[in-house]
Amino acid sequence: MAESNRELLTRSILRRNPIALLVLGICSALAVTGQMATAVVMAICVTLVTAFSSLIISIVRFQIPSTVRIGIQITVIATLVILVDQILKAFYFDLAKQLSIYVGLIITNCIVMGRAEGFAMSNPPLASFVDGIGNGLGYGFILVVVSFIRELFGSGSVFGVEILPLTTSGGWYVRNGLLILPASAFFLIALIIWVLRTIDPSQQEKD
Amino acid sequence: MHYLDIIFRSIFLENLPLSFFLGMCTFLAISRKVKTAFGLGTAVLAILAIATPINNLILNHLLKPGAMAWAGQPDLDLTFLGLLTYIAIIAAIVQVMEMAIDRYLPALYNSLGIYLPLLTVNCAILGGVLFMVERDYSLGESAAYGIGAGAGFFLAVVALAGIREKLEYANPPPGLRGLGQTFIVAGLMAMAFMGLAGMEL
Repeated sequence: MAESNRELLTRSILRRNPIALLVLGICSALAVTGQMATAVVMAICVTLVTAFSSLIISIVRFQIPSTVRIGIQITVIATLVILVDQILKAFYFDLAKQLSIYVGLIITNCIVMGRAEGFAMSNPPLASFVDGIGNGLGYGFILVVVSFIRELFGSGSVFGVEILPLTTSGGWYVRNGLLILPASAFFLIALIIWVLRTIDPSQQEKD
Repeated sequence: MHYLDIIFRSIFLENLPLSFFLGMCTFLAISRKVKTAFGLGTAVLAILAIATPINNLILNHLLKPGAMAWAGQPDLDLTFLGLLTYIAIIAAIVQVMEMAIDRYLPALYNSLGIYLPLLTVNCAILGGVLFMVERDYSLGESAAYGIGAGAGFFLAVVALAGIREKLEYANPPPGLRGLGQTFIVAGLMAMAFMGLAGMEL
């Protein structure tokens, strides 16, 4: 292994961020970012699923026939997601209701599949586990940034705690209605991509 | 009228990519050319229209509490196996579709490339099925919902591809080129679709 574990953990957060640079796993990234609480829970779920699915697949990678590997990966991932889903429903029912179908959609989150297929199939278990955590954190980083902006300026609060008193409840802050709408997530991610690619021009697309 | 309403809502108001962000990966990656977008949209439409009612049957006759009464297990509740079952059914349908397209439409098969098998892990399809489960649709309603949701995806991906083809001649800042501007276009489209909110049949 040329790359140390620390390198594996940190490279996915900025330099090789799965959402901004590799365009993976955007679906859920946009939908749960209306509030910080749901975004953080989602980030934790995805990090856990990615890390453990990479670990498990990496352990059994010599036993998997390559013709059916996608099916096996999906089965491992789906099993882990069912576990996460059941735990959420049992202990945090309100959050599970808010996340609605997006917990189930972790199965089809391309980050999980992408890391299983692209990294865990050809690397030892520990490195795969760390790589999974790193990618989960990179995903979580974007989620937290987007949801922070959306919740702070859209509803004047952070984690449901009021920061900017809204005019509707006698304060001075006029809420930005655009940020509550789903469309704002598109614009925010576009801006994040713009910033990241301006800092690191090697990521820019050529015509 | 009820079915028409479900179809209309799922195409315009609850458009899968634009208001629920489902199927984003393929939505962004395949929308470079109108022609491939057209092919992909058709494939998603077909799979959603088949997978949603089939999974509805599976849910109601195998997984729901009490659904296994015919096998002598009236207390059995298998809904926790739902996710695993839905994804397996979708994978099977995608596999059949892939073989059919390879046999009858080889040109389309080549242009869709890797994205055809990846439709298994397309969130739009699993998302459509999960919405059907969450809203407790009947068989007829889920068929209508599958068609409507698929048509919504088709409409959105073809429209986005049309806009992106025109944008080839634009000159955006380098950091925004490609992915960045596509996101902004998608955001504007989402806002345009929201203009239809409040319309009811």
